[in-house]
Amino acid sequence: MAKTLFQKVWEAHTVRQLPNGQTQLFIGTHLIHEVTSPQAFGMLRDLGLKVKYPQRTFATVDHIVPTNELKEPYSDPIAQEMIEALRKNTKDFGIRFFDTNTGTQGIVHMVGPEQGITQPGTTIACGDSHTATHGAFGAIAFGIGTTQVRDVLATQTLALSPLKVRRIEVNGQLAPGVYAKDVILHIIRVLGVNGGIGYAYEYAGSTFDNFSLEERMTVCNMSIEGGARCGYVNPDQKTFDYIKGKPYAPKAADWDAAVARWKSFASDPGCAYDDVVKFDAAAIRPTVTWGITPGQAVFIDEKMPALETLNAADRATAEDAYKHMKLSPDTAIKGTKVDVCFLGSCTNGRISDLREAAKYLKGRKVSPTVKAIVVPGSQLTAIQAVHEGLDKVFTEAGFEWRGAGCSMCLAMNPDKLVGDQLCASSSNRNFKGRQGSQTGRTVLMSPIMVIAAAITGQVADAREVFKV
Amino acid sequence: MSLAKVTQVKGLALAVPGDDIDTDRIIPARFLRCVTFDDLGQHAFRDERTGPDGKESNHPMNSPQAARIAAAKKGVMVVGFNFGCGSSREHAPQSIWRFGFTALVGGSFAEIFFGNSTTLGVPCVTLSKDDLAECDAFVRAHPDVEVTVDVEKLVVTAGAKSWKASIAASARDGLINGKWDPIADLLDGAAAVDRTAGSLAYVAGK
Repeated sequence: MAKTLFQKVWEAHTVRQLPNGQTQLFIGTHLIHEVTSPQAFGMLRDLGLKVKYPQRTFATVDHIVPTNELKEPYSDPIAQEMIEALRKNTKDFGIRFFDTNTGTQGIVHMVGPEQGITQPGTTIACGDSHTATHGAFGAIAFGIGTTQVRDVLATQTLALSPLKVRRIEVNGQLAPGVYAKDVILHIIRVLGVNGGIGYAYEYAGSTFDNFSLEERMTVCNMSIEGGARCGYVNPDQKTFDYIKGKPYAPKAADWDAAVARWKSFASDPGCAYDDVVKFDAAAIRPTVTWGITPGQAVFIDEKMPALETLNAADRATAEDAYKHMKLSPDTAIKGTKVDVCFLGSCTNGRISDLREAAKYLKGRKVSPTVKAIVVPGSQLTAIQAVHEGLDKVFTEAGFEWRGAGCSMCLAMNPDKLVGDQLCASSSNRNFKGRQGSQTGRTVLMSPIMVIAAAITGQVADAREVFKV
Repeated sequence: MSLAKVTQVKGLALAVPGDDIDTDRIIPARFLRCVTFDDLGQHAFRDERTGPDGKESNHPMNSPQAARIAAAKKGVMVVGFNFGCGSSREHAPQSIWRFGFTALVGGSFAEIFFGNSTTLGVPCVTLSKDDLAECDAFVRAHPDVEVTVDVEKLVVTAGAKSWKASIAASARDGLINGKWDPIADLLDGAAAVDRTAGSLAYVAGK
């Protein structure tokens, strides 16, 4: 019988059926960070349990690390306490920790792929909702709560119910100035922020075939923003090429067998899906959010929706959003003044994002009214960017070049909006207060659109600014 | 590990309106800077409850009703659709639970939030759109009437009113049988886990 990748991975990792009808699912790869793991280790100790497969858990520190302060102790004592707790926990339980002094630390969803830990046909769990990022490699990867982190540590399994699979097909060529970020913002806008509840999203079609792994990661990353706990792209030659030679990739003698196995996990032709949705890539334009959910988005050359065009439930959320964002219905968002520009995050903090941004920024200047920061998602990304001279392009233009971490995506470190500042952000969430100020405002967009905003000091159409 | 059977939750109810209430709004990220969940109850919905000027807002969590629920350490929160969307932070249901709420009634719940709540023994049941609107209105009009969330019979009752409720079968099963924390069952499967591990090349190191 023809099967989806989701079904094949699920079956290969099924341990048994639990008394309540759920599946005890084996989690092949467990990723942890400092925010959602300390309580789990605490529970483990309280119950007198050990980590069952310490070699299958990998740790890094990302949320709380300051990006402009390299020396410890950090000025935030709680941040210091959290990083030290992770050091102790990983040491006590024999877990590999990609610490800040290793040159390999970074956002957990960047470290996995960079190390070759993220592989096709595997199950990956992490106490972080953006774990779906790893689905770009054909893994079934999803976010879990802290009690579930305990479950994985203690048993290497989770109690779960299978998901339905929705195939999201995007075909054709994206127009110049349109990127993977626009594709996923558009998908969420159309399918809704809760459209994916109960589903895994399988992203497919010629647009995805042509995407690099980094572009695929940008899309899979935001699956949860559409309500889908996981999203994936079937593995192909690009996937294998990306993994090859990475530290945790299968070595010479095992490589061919691994590739053959990985290929076998791809969805079979003719397999049945619970739902199929199709998009035309050519119809997607640069997309920005105007509200307080990632689904409240418009093409940059569209007006924001008039309230009377929305149904009753959406209208209530929209009214709240307009009030918070200090924007007016039925007007253009283009031209809105921007105070801060943030380039980074597990959505768009990879080397290809920095290269594309630098390409358009080179020789230009950040508007004097804008504070602009660029935060590479990982130390390896930062090292590569410096090697290519990208840091100079950013700093010469007026960006602050920072150390690796989550930074202003969720402002758990000192990088925060102040008051009602409006931030043009390459991150994934525009929730109220997300960027560290309860009245702060976030407009999500692609990296090139962040650069256009930084230069012009307003929400701008990068296609016009850069004449692409 | 012996857990209480959560067949029925009864208590005063509080309506917290709105759809797509995300976990950043339930517990802002700065309160995730901690290594235990112990102090989270007081910070539930903090930025909704306190304005930038430091003054208390008219958010329902600031109401005398919320204070009664906090004092009783039991109560029902009535919410909208897609409640708990966004981050996987268990800090969100932990804060609601530690504030004093022991059940939630809503239109729909984000999956990770739902799972995190269930694992705390906090049922999140859903009502149809119309029933939810009626329940919400009733709760606001009758703050002194206790609401019962019957997980076993799948019904929410308040005074003479009752509404048909739903919850995932596995969650219902775990709650009513006192097995809402799956750790014991998962540990029981240890031998089978080792067999699965051995069958997976990337785990077995092949």
